[in-house]
Formats: sequence, C-alpha cells, structure tokens
Amino acid sequence: MKSLKQHPWTAGASVLFSLFILGSLCTGFAPGKAIGQNFLLFLGQMLRVLPCIFILIGLFDVWVKTESVEKHLGHGSGLLSYGWAVLLAGTTVGGLHVALPVAHALYIKRARLSVVLVFLSAAGACRIPMTLFEASFLGWRFTCIRFAVSLPLILLSSATIGWWFDRLHYRLPDAGEMTPDK
Amino acid sequence: MLILYIITALLTGLSLLASPRKTGRALRIALRRFLKIAPAFLGMLMLVAVALYLFPDHVLGQMLARENKWIAAGSAIGVGSVSIMPGFIAFPLCGILLNQGALYMVLSAFSTTLMMVGVVTFPLERMYLGTRLALCRNGVSFIIAIVVAIATGLFFGELP
Repeated sequence: MKSLKQHPWTAGASVLFSLFILGSLCTGFAPGKAIGQNFLLFLGQMLRVLPCIFILIGLFDVWVKTESVEKHLGHGSGLLSYGWAVLLAGTTVGGLHVALPVAHALYIKRARLSVVLVFLSAAGACRIPMTLFEASFLGWRFTCIRFAVSLPLILLSSATIGWWFDRLHYRLPDAGEMTPDK
Repeated sequence: MLILYIITALLTGLSLLASPRKTGRALRIALRRFLKIAPAFLGMLMLVAVALYLFPDHVLGQMLARENKWIAAGSAIGVGSVSIMPGFIAFPLCGILLNQGALYMVLSAFSTTLMMVGVVTFPLERMYLGTRLALCRNGVSFIIAIVVAIATGLFFGELP
C-alpha cells in the first residue's frame, strides 16, 4: 500500500487500464481484448524470469563482499573492470528490464557509475544467447559489424557519462537507503 | 531459461547449506526489492501491451520494407526505440524482412534501438537510474544506434 502512495501515476494508470480491459471484455471491444492479452503474455514472461533474478540479487547482496566488488569494478579499478562488465552483461538473460535491477545491485556494492553503464548498454547489445540467435538469422557479417561499431562506442560513451555524472556528485535513487549490510 | 532455474536453485541450495540465516536474509532482500519496484514493472507492462497492439508484426514489416531507404531507416529507428520485443520474436522477424528485401542498414537500426533504447522501459529505468541519467543513457544509445546503422549501410554497400 505504501508503494501505491509513492506511485500515484502508476496507481491511477493501473485502475484506468484494468477498467478499460474489463470494459472491453464485457462489451467485446477487440483492441482492448488484444491489449489485455498482450499484457498477460508479457506478465507471464516476467513472472517466469524475475523471481530468479531477484533471488540471485538477494544472494549476491548477502554473500558478495562490498570490498571485492569495489576492488574489481569500483573507483580505482583499471580498464579491466570494463571487460568484466561486458562479460557479465554477455551472460545475462532478458532485456533491459532484467539488467536494471542487477546494475543497481552492483552500484550499491560500489561499482563505479561508468562500469554500471557499460554493463547496462552491453546487456542490451552483446548478450551471448541473443547474439547467436541474431547471427543465425542475419548472418555473421552483420553481427560482427554491429559489435565492432557499437562496443567501442558503448565503452567510450559510458566512460564519459560516468565521469561527467561523478563530477556532478550524482547518486542513483535509493542508493543510500538500500545499503547492503543492513 | 532452464539454466537460469538450475543456477538459482543450485546457488540457493548452497547458500542454505552454508548459512540458513543469511539465506533467509537474502530472500527477504529479494522480496523487498521486488515489491519496491513492482509498480514500475506494472507501468512498463501496460505500455508494452499498448505498444505491441499499435505495432503488430505486419505493420512493422510494411514500415521497414519501404522503397525509400531513408524513410525505412527512420521508421526503423523510431519503432525500435518505442517498442521492446523479446529476441525470439524480433530476429526471426528480421530474417523474414531480410528475405523480403529489407536493407541490412534498416534491420541494424531496428535491432540496435530495440535493444538499447527503451521508451516503454523508461518508467522502470527512471526508478533505478534517476530521470536525468536515464534520459542521458537513452539519448546516447539512440545516437550509437544511428552510427551503427550508418556503418552497417556502408559495409554492405547500401549507402553511396
């Protein structure tokens, strides 16, 4: 309930949305029914992946020491940290919506912002299972050129944005509240 | 997908063996974080449901297979940014479009924005990154997608 109060927009939209879907079901309004079906389809997909992801995040939170994340991915870690971020991103499943909570968990463990951003973008562009899939449909040349161009740009832009937001002393929301060792 | 379940079960089991107390804490953390972000996920799902209705496969196909390559590439970038789609739907679709004569450049624009830019995931991203950073990341990813598309076009000889 508390979270409903914190998200008046989502709460309002959910009420409208469910009224719309229910109304469409009663009156047989086809677009509404189709949208409702899409919603359930995606909800099902989310519910199959997300519990695992959040349990893994919880385990990560409890077992992995902040110092070790900070040492390899935090301030003062070298260029290798970007390599770790890309590798880690390559093994993730799902899309941005799955990578986001993971990225946030890394940040709470003091990974630096540019590494977190590399992870996020690479999770979009370089997931290994997806890449295999892409190459089988569009050919290896396509995939290679996409990698060769996007990966350097991702590294460069993430490093720049990270540096810039660090200089502004930017903190991710909730980063203070969700301290790992509470 | 199965691998994900196996890994999760294995690690949870190991964790339980090592310390039931810590495992309990991990599960509580998992639940707390999940509940905290659930409203944003709901918001995203609603947007996805509407976006998918507005751009079904055949409409997408028509937009990406336009004669004029600039219009096709432009709409690919636009639609790719707005919508999100699982890879197992997106790439077979791209494969079909390729056979129907869509340009590599257009497909590259579509798949890159699809994966890196998310208008419908924005409510969620905002919760995690904050509005400013989320805007910045999406904006930069958008530009990267354009560069990748142009590079693909040059490489495959589709651009003069």
